[in-house]
Amino acid sequence: MKKILIITGIVTAFALPLNAEIIKPVDVSFADGAVETSLTGTPGDPAAGRVLMNKGAGNCIACHAVTDLQDLPFHGEVGPMLDGVGDRWSEAQLRGIVSNAKEMFPDTVMPSFYRTTGFIRPGNAYTGKAAEGDLEPLLTAQQVEDVVSYLLTLKE
Amino acid sequence: MNKFKALLIGACTAGLLPAAGVAGPDDDKLMVNDELDLATEVAAPAHLDGALGSTIYSGWRFRTDETQALQLDDFDNPAMLTVDAALDAFNTPDGSEGKSCASCHTGGPEEFAGLSASMPKVIDGKLVVMEDLINSHRQEVMGAEPLKWSGQEMQGMVALIGLQSRGMPVNVAIDGEAAPFWEQGKEMYYTRYGQLELSCANCHEDNWGNMIRADHLSQGQINGFPTYRLKQAQLISRHNRFRGCIRDTRAETFAEGSDEFRALELYVASRGNGLSVETPAVRQ
Ligand code: HEC
Ligand code: HEC
Repeated sequence: MKKILIITGIVTAFALPLNAEIIKPVDVSFADGAVETSLTGTPGDPAAGRVLMNKGAGNCIACHAVTDLQDLPFHGEVGPMLDGVGDRWSEAQLRGIVSNAKEMFPDTVMPSFYRTTGFIRPGNAYTGKAAEGDLEPLLTAQQVEDVVSYLLTLKE
Repeated sequence: MNKFKALLIGACTAGLLPAAGVAGPDDDKLMVNDELDLATEVAAPAHLDGALGSTIYSGWRFRTDETQALQLDDFDNPAMLTVDAALDAFNTPDGSEGKSCASCHTGGPEEFAGLSASMPKVIDGKLVVMEDLINSHRQEVMGAEPLKWSGQEMQGMVALIGLQSRGMPVNVAIDGEAAPFWEQGKEMYYTRYGQLELSCANCHEDNWGNMIRADHLSQGQINGFPTYRLKQAQLISRHNRFRGCIRDTRAETFAEGSDEFRALELYVASRGNGLSVETPAVRQ
């Protein structure tokens, strides 16, 4: 287990361009709900972002319907349909919405995917037990970039 | 049954995008054993102040026709096996005093008609739920071991007693001695727990009728509890359901049988004041 962690650590370290600095969740700066600067400096991968929309880390379609993802079962109705969000919002705005939607839509039910502090009784994932140590964000910095790049492909 | 709607829901769960018109409860009527009419839709209690609109609905109205059908006849209701076992236990002596429930309650479970409709309630300054009554009588009167909160023996007994109130309107007191517990439960209902920061109200007040992934969100009423959950193939306690819903927000939940969940149970029960007791209901 440890070995695998170290190896993936090395791999992701090499995959990043030299001197790229990952912006930590607590250091992200929002202006009018938007985040101008890439969280990683590495362009997002829309194909990887498309996968994240499904079950697991993102699970965006628990709440949102997306016509482009019609091959996947069970789209939710809690949030608006995401068709055309690439026209409605800029890259910076989408980065802000995915990182912490509460900056753009105060009190929204949409979870903050790149935030690690300020929760009431945070748990250890879905175990129902208390979280131990620092929380991981729901999406990593690069996963946020991937999802944003996918959203930008959703044009009317 | 409304076949057209069933088809729509069927189409939806088959993976298509949500179709307009699925949202909301269906129009089906719940008549058990062809004789007992249950109110699955009544005027919302005044204390809700319109939070659920003018009408509250039983969770039964949000389920598929197949699941609904299992509650129409007690011969089809899979919960009844556990209820029958509880009736046997009711009449079987247990514990150091050599008594059964029936030793004191000579009128049988029927003695408890109406009791579940008014639970939880405050007794001697403490908020008490049905599981507490069962275990305190077992321990103090029978000298028997307490039953495990969400075990089938306990939930079977809770369901057997609940069944005696089936068809009566839920009517829990929220004033007087109950008021501080009710306030505590209300506060919990609106607290956005966990890393997903979702409160009970976010799902069951703001989004009832909507699909969340494959689930058709109801108003989260507990008038049917303990419910037989097909997915788990057993009776589910109220506190187990609360625990599951809070866990799903990536939160540290509260324990079954905790004072927090007693308070939440009182508050959630009061949101269903007026609905028929449906125990034991069947859910997906
Ligand atoms: C628990 C529900 C929920 C989840 C999960 C969720 N969202 Fe949302 N989302 C919402 C809601 C509700 C809104 C509408 C904003 C508001 O509350 O006013 C929204 C708004 C948005 C918008 C703006 C849409 C528009 O048309 O203006 C985007 C883009 C978006 N979400 C993307 C995502 C992505 C990407 C994910 C997953 C990584 C995600 N959402 C997960 C509930 C959710
Ligand atoms: C992330 C969404 C979500 C949150 C938050 C949530 N629930 Fe639920 N709940 C569900 C879903 C999905 C179901 C299954 C479908 C249904 O019955 O509504 C459910 C079912 C229930 C049921 C069973 C209803 C029935 O008729 O059998 C109860 C009771 C309930 N929830 C209470 C609560 C309470 C109390 C809270 C807060 C402590 C809560 N829920 C928070 C999603 C949620």
